Amino acid sequence: MMKKSSGKGLISFLQDSVLWNLSGGIGYQLYLCLLAATMMLGGYAYLVQFKVGLTATNMNDIVSWGFYISNFTFLVGVAAAAVMLILPSYIFKDKDLHKVVIIGEVVAVGALVMCMMFVLVDLGGPLNAWHLLPGIGILNWPSSLLSWDIIVLNGYLALNLFVPAYIVYSHYNDREPNEKFYRPFVFLSIFWAFAIHLITAFLYEGLPARPFWNNPLMGPRFLASAFAAGPALITVVLYIIHTTTTFKITTQTFNKLRLIIVVSAIINLIMLFSEVFKEFYTPTHHSLAAEYLFFGLKGHDSLVPWIWTAISMNILATLTLAFNPGRNNPKVLFPACILLFVGIWIEKGIGLIVPGLVPSPLGEVVDYAPSWVEICITLGILAFGIFIVTMLIRPALIIEQQFEAEK
Amino acid sequence: MGHFKNMDYKKKKKYNRDRSKQCGRREFLKGTAKAAAIGSTAMVFGCGNGLFGSKDKFALQWKEYFKKNYRLMTQEEKDETVQRLELLAKVKRDADIQMSSKEPIEGVLFGYAFNVTRCEGFMECVAACVKENNLDRKAHTQYIRIFEMEPGEMTPESGNGQYFHEVPVENHFYMGVQCFHCQNAPCVRACPTKATWIEPDGIVVVDYDWCIGCRYCMAACPYYGRRFNWNEPHVPLREMTKKQHYLGNRMRTRGQMEKCTFCVQRSRQGRLPACVEACPTGARVFGNLLDPKSEIRFVLKHKKVFRLKEALGTDPKFWYFID
Repeated sequence: MMKKSSGKGLISFLQDSVLWNLSGGIGYQLYLCLLAATMMLGGYAYLVQFKVGLTATNMNDIVSWGFYISNFTFLVGVAAAAVMLILPSYIFKDKDLHKVVIIGEVVAVGALVMCMMFVLVDLGGPLNAWHLLPGIGILNWPSSLLSWDIIVLNGYLALNLFVPAYIVYSHYNDREPNEKFYRPFVFLSIFWAFAIHLITAFLYEGLPARPFWNNPLMGPRFLASAFAAGPALITVVLYIIHTTTTFKITTQTFNKLRLIIVVSAIINLIMLFSEVFKEFYTPTHHSLAAEYLFFGLKGHDSLVPWIWTAISMNILATLTLAFNPGRNNPKVLFPACILLFVGIWIEKGIGLIVPGLVPSPLGEVVDYAPSWVEICITLGILAFGIFIVTMLIRPALIIEQQFEAEK
Repeated sequence: MGHFKNMDYKKKKKYNRDRSKQCGRREFLKGTAKAAAIGSTAMVFGCGNGLFGSKDKFALQWKEYFKKNYRLMTQEEKDETVQRLELLAKVKRDADIQMSSKEPIEGVLFGYAFNVTRCEGFMECVAACVKENNLDRKAHTQYIRIFEMEPGEMTPESGNGQYFHEVPVENHFYMGVQCFHCQNAPCVRACPTKATWIEPDGIVVVDYDWCIGCRYCMAACPYYGRRFNWNEPHVPLREMTKKQHYLGNRMRTRGQMEKCTFCVQRSRQGRLPACVEACPTGARVFGNLLDPKSEIRFVLKHKKVFRLKEALGTDPKFWYFID
């Protein structure tokens, strides 16, 4: 196991962190190389898009938001889900979850960084992004929900970086962090987590022009699906850490996460059922988007296989996690969590954004599938997010383990 | 998607072919006059682009990049940016444009009415709009869409916006849609940078250079009134409308939102929008809603009018009526 240098203070902390991140076995080095290659691929694709404009994507005046905004929307949920670990561990002092809360926070940071990048690559004029900055630009707050979203996402990123960084840094310097100091920030971050997801839902919910989105269930359903998908991803990350490092995660931790996921996933399915009922029991003009999504419209049915795959995955994974046939065996939980995660990714991503825009307000129906540029940029951003999570988790876990050992 | 726009436009081109043949010689003479004009400006500048170094061009672009939102500019700053844009058009494309920053006229609120009975779907309006507003010829952008409707329906959603045949077709009628310049515009509320707003004369405009291209306004518009520049728009120099307005038909670049401006460059000079002027059947009515003697007020008073998607409370300043 890697030892920390004798030094203390910020410089030594940063030096050690970089050193730990760069050193590792051949497998780890290969993993970093793979991430770097994917990021470079994304960078190249972005250069192409930057040069010719968003015409490099398959978006158009009807499907004006596509793969980028789909991923953005989904990842906001993943980021918000960290609260499902923060709440029990800091407020109810749950020992099992407290041990892994930092991993939840780091996953949230990675997800938020990816969110911001997805919004940035979706901009037609990325060089004009400074127009959003209050002071030198204009932020249309409180009128535009997008301005709210920018504020809450950045705030949540700051909170999720600050609290764990403070705790880890204190441990690095062999002191107990001052709980009175960081507790208010923890409370704030709990409310903030709900805010980021509700406000992202309001972004869509607040548009009467789009009946598929203009639905009061959107916000709560966002939360339910996020609290299923987020902890599912955290379970996957924990399992990887559990099998590849000396940091071991107990069965109780996995079990508690499983319960959180099951409850959220069931609520999510109930809400899905409620939505489907409303759209198809008395179909109106406003149900055309749902019809397009679930069955296809006017011969356009590119989303149909996706949404049924997503629903099958959701149901299968929810049942597996609920009946728990492996008795919390990670070998069963792991694939079930991946299944649930991918299912919600489809459903809350492309299955949510594209039908909001099709049929167009003038009734036109088109199909949409991401272009190679969109796919490569998305892969690049995901690789960058995974890279960030890795770079933050490794030093944090090493410091935490050594602090525990010395205690 | 770009496909059907393409088709509309091609059809239009065919329709116009005879006319363009006729004015071939006049075009030629105009071209010579233009060449002379360019020659004289070149003398004013020194010697064309040669003396106007790349450093000066960079300085202009630099100032353009850091300019403010149009609404926050003083008249002096507006004049400066307009001058810079004229100069840049000259330097970059050798285009002699005249750009205006004319303010709204007091006591004017523009409104529009569309006579469903009269429109026969010729799309003269579309072609005139494309020409007047320097719309991208590459992606075949068009602000106006004409829908062919079956009897018994009164919403474009059930119409056909991609017809490719001779018009008018018997037992069908036609409905034109464009930006409706809502007085309670969802796009204005959505924009995160206040790059789009309602002018005092009721025109919903976009500050193209302030737009960041997030397309939230597009998602918020219930009428499909806004267009995005997915690629770098292109207009051949000889087809370019040179009389431009900062908020109107000046050249856009990729990544910017644009839309119908009721031809702000014309309407603020007391002229009719290009679509109204071009309509061969007189189906389009435009005027000042605050002037009791205007044609638009006559239509609102004496015809049975309706608006699309009233339930959304957007309060469009665009009415349909039936004779």
